[in-house]
Amino acid sequence: MPFDYSLITTELIVAALGLAVLVLGLIAPENRQKGLGPITVLGLAGALAAAVLMWNVQGELFGGMFVVDKFAYFFKVLFLSAAILVTMGCTQYVSNMGVHGEYYSMMIFAVLGMCVMASAADFITLYLGLELMTISFIILAAVNRTDGRSVEAGMKYLILAGLSSAALLYGLSLVYGMTGTIMIYDTAQLIVAENISPVLILGLAMLVAGLGFKVSVVPFHMWSPDIYQGAPTPVTAFLAVGSKAASFAVLLRLFAAGLNGMAGTWAMLVAVLAALTMVIGNLLAIPQTNIKRMLAYSSIAQAGYILVGLVSANEAGIKGVMFYSFLYVFATMGAFVVVAAVYNKVKSDEIEDYAGLAQRAPLLAAVLTISMLSMAGIPPLAGFVGKFYLFKTVIADYFWLALLGLIMSMISVYYYLRVCLVMYRDEPKENTPIEIPGNIAVVLMVAMLGTIILGIYPGPLSELTNTAAETFFLH
Amino acid sequence: MIEFAMHHAWLVPLLPAVAFVIIVFLTRPWPRLSSAVSIAFMLASFVTAALAAYGVFTDPHFKHHPLIYTVRWFGMQGLNIDVGIYLDPSSAMMIFMVSLVALLVQIYSTGYMKGDPGYSVFFSYLSLFAASMLGMVLSSNLLQMFVFWELVGLCSYLLIGFYSFKISAREAAKKAFITTRVADFGLLLGILAVQIIFGTLNFDELTQMAPNFENYTTAGMMTLIAVLLFIGPVGKSGQFPLHVWLPDAMEGPTPVSALIHAATMVVAGVYLVGRNMFLFAEVESALYLVAVTGAFTAFFAATIAVTQREIKRILAYSTVSQLGYMMLALGVGSLTASFFHLWTHAFFKALMFLAAGSVLHALHHKADVWEMGGLIKKMPITGWTFVIGGLAIAGIPPFAGFWSKDEILLAAYQSGHYFLFLLASITAFLTAFYMWRMIFLAFFGEEKPENHPHESPANMTVPLVVLAVLAAVGGLIGTPSTPLWQQWIYYGHPHHIEPNVIIMLSSIALAAAGIGLAYLLYVRDKEKTNAKDLARRFQPVYKLLYNKYYIDEMYQWFTRVVVDGSARITYLFDIYVVDGIVNGSAAITKGLGSVMRYFQTGKVQTYALVFYMAVLVITVVLAFTDASSSVLVMGGAE
Repeated sequence: MPFDYSLITTELIVAALGLAVLVLGLIAPENRQKGLGPITVLGLAGALAAAVLMWNVQGELFGGMFVVDKFAYFFKVLFLSAAILVTMGCTQYVSNMGVHGEYYSMMIFAVLGMCVMASAADFITLYLGLELMTISFIILAAVNRTDGRSVEAGMKYLILAGLSSAALLYGLSLVYGMTGTIMIYDTAQLIVAENISPVLILGLAMLVAGLGFKVSVVPFHMWSPDIYQGAPTPVTAFLAVGSKAASFAVLLRLFAAGLNGMAGTWAMLVAVLAALTMVIGNLLAIPQTNIKRMLAYSSIAQAGYILVGLVSANEAGIKGVMFYSFLYVFATMGAFVVVAAVYNKVKSDEIEDYAGLAQRAPLLAAVLTISMLSMAGIPPLAGFVGKFYLFKTVIADYFWLALLGLIMSMISVYYYLRVCLVMYRDEPKENTPIEIPGNIAVVLMVAMLGTIILGIYPGPLSELTNTAAETFFLH
Repeated sequence: MIEFAMHHAWLVPLLPAVAFVIIVFLTRPWPRLSSAVSIAFMLASFVTAALAAYGVFTDPHFKHHPLIYTVRWFGMQGLNIDVGIYLDPSSAMMIFMVSLVALLVQIYSTGYMKGDPGYSVFFSYLSLFAASMLGMVLSSNLLQMFVFWELVGLCSYLLIGFYSFKISAREAAKKAFITTRVADFGLLLGILAVQIIFGTLNFDELTQMAPNFENYTTAGMMTLIAVLLFIGPVGKSGQFPLHVWLPDAMEGPTPVSALIHAATMVVAGVYLVGRNMFLFAEVESALYLVAVTGAFTAFFAATIAVTQREIKRILAYSTVSQLGYMMLALGVGSLTASFFHLWTHAFFKALMFLAAGSVLHALHHKADVWEMGGLIKKMPITGWTFVIGGLAIAGIPPFAGFWSKDEILLAAYQSGHYFLFLLASITAFLTAFYMWRMIFLAFFGEEKPENHPHESPANMTVPLVVLAVLAAVGGLIGTPSTPLWQQWIYYGHPHHIEPNVIIMLSSIALAAAGIGLAYLLYVRDKEKTNAKDLARRFQPVYKLLYNKYYIDEMYQWFTRVVVDGSARITYLFDIYVVDGIVNGSAAITKGLGSVMRYFQTGKVQTYALVFYMAVLVITVVLAFTDASSSVLVMGGAE
């Protein structure tokens, strides 16, 4: 069988784009560096178009190590959309940092890593994608090299990500040792409930730790507030959305497909971790005074909600994870682009500096409010539907988990609304309006409308996720 | 063109909704532009509705096969909610009527609201109101209907309280909203019960399932569903005992009253019962409840109207009374008669409210009919159109009201509920009397020198003339010799009731008697001594009626003693128990949050330590709890 390059069109476009931007960044004169942003957006849009057009094409490469199914395409569309939104929404922020070529090319390589992760059907490909993404993010976190906090974030991420990678790799090697295969879908056949050995359990714990780190599951979450706060805002946004979604894609493949035979062992563990994550994420978000840090904890809590979908490990659960990940793109991008836009003007991420934002920039305040209410799960916004799909999957077997999710959602309203209160009620310290450039306005509108439309009319996306979830088990 | 309109009937509610959005977000600073936008979109909506209705009424296929378009709104196992349109003769008639009346009311409002500071906002609300009502009419399932139903309620709240600087308007708006909300709760429970028992809310599926409901539930449950569903319309359509909000709703600008009383809002309840006739028809007792409520409300409100003095208040009670007629018709199983009256009533009631608005406009909001008189000379168009409305509502042939009222009386008689028939007949007499009492006092007799009335501008009189024409001839499509209406709009199978000449003649006689009595008391008798004498002689009855049977006072007493009393008890509970729990848990939550913060040291070492400790704990816990743990813990011993 000849090698079918068309299956990796998306990856090829992204890789070529990354190299091109890297080279252009080196040779382009200082005053033309700004042009890299639009090039990145256009290139990613091309890759996005390819992924959308190839929706119905399925296949395998490298003898099944790289699978192309709707599940993978769904996540690729998600990564690319998120990357486009964040690149478009934060061009000004990036210019202010004064780093162009490295930033954009690393962003693109991170996307490439995520795409590989979404398609990975064996341990090596999986690890390859994961490391490509992680290393890109380490550089990105420290990209603002004149800012001490940014460098510190990069350093911390380097050490801790290395730690987690070690755990993940160790876990993978243990599973390999017990089964003799690195193919995820072959593992599924070899591991059944009867032959679970203690070694597998240790491997499982390692895998949970390694991937739990990436999706910031408590107690492997401790890195994320520091790094979210220190890293440049667009990096934080993409870390919160892209890295998390890609890791969830891998988590699903690895657990719901590969280790499905051990579901009896890890389902309760995942349920407990999801509960812990929801509780700690929400509770620690309450006392925060820095909006990025608050959003970091909120993002931990969101990971807890998404993890609920893994507990049931069936099509409904996978659908819930996919649906929530997608709406989470809009909500998070909306929120972080607002944070970046405010920072451009106010030079602060403290919540108290958002006072009177509704008067200075009504659009920013509105988008932030809607994004946060969606995260809190207030109908008719998308978050409500997403949580509904997620919690519904566990209502029969893990009722306490669904109930806890509801309670924690209620608590989350408190810290989200606190920001709204500051924005709408308090008087601004200065009255100058914050001007919003056209590209940012477009991103904000997309995020806001996406959140509203997915909430009011979830039907089409729900159907898409259904078909995508169906292909997931078809290997 | 017609094909397009039918298959895009969703445009009918969407167009005014778009107008609402445009006005609110774009054109609000420019009043004239806003009204132009509003009217243009309403006109487009009306044209679409008219074409769609034409399409439905020219193809007999649609009598039994409604045109349904739906899209899945959201769904999961066991609960699938669609949104869509449901176009059949009934809804086609409704969208035609609603969009027409709404259009006329909007045109009229350009004159009536001229110079009002809230001009643009007013038009945006009117558009939203029309959109909600049209959306409700076209709903393909109960939940969608409920959503629009609530939107109708919201719009009525906004519009009744439009003059929010007036305390009375604010109070009336709250009263309307709260009263109907109480009723809506019943409706919501009914909808939930339908979903639980039948597993669907779509009208087409329910129509199939309801006749053999024994497969799904018991007769008792079915009755409960029907009664719960009926509670919503009791509130919305101002049936006793939840009619109290409707007379107060006249606090809104008069065009709003016309819209609420004629085309939107109140007939929503009648429409909902009619739409769910397949449920009601299965349970005799629920149907009887509807009939009795309707007949009693009709009579009860008519007696109140006899003694009222304010022109709009009389009209308001007449609306309550006429709605009672419609409910009565539904209760005796005649969808035909009910919707026929709904149709004719929309025209003559909109006409009379708009004409009353014209009078108030001329008299600078002097509302007492006793202070008017002889207005017809100075305001001929308003006066004569009002007279046509009066003839129509009194039931004088060939005006519209006669045919539909006759249909109702006939249906009541044929169903064998003779007492209800009697009540309805007496109401017919009372209606003629109080309507013409008002007309004689306001428009005839001597002019009052302190009034300086003048005819209203053309943009207000033209809608009056259009409505007057419709009020005159609108009933001719349902006469015994041309029973077009009866052939198209029915439940089950068309009614072929033989016209009963005796009933027809007696209803004419009653109407004529009512008008005659009013003439004797208020025109022949210049000083009105007889009328005053009567009032004095029957002082207790008069006071009882004038004070509307003290229903409002009863509600007030109930609220003050029972509601406030129990509120005082629950207040203490709230302060000490609920707040204690809430504040306590909030404090605990915050406290936990700040304690756990200390683990977040910022040191990489701590993080790494926690990370590996967690791995260790997970492994140990899993190893001990897993089924395979015996292997590990027992060192592999079997």
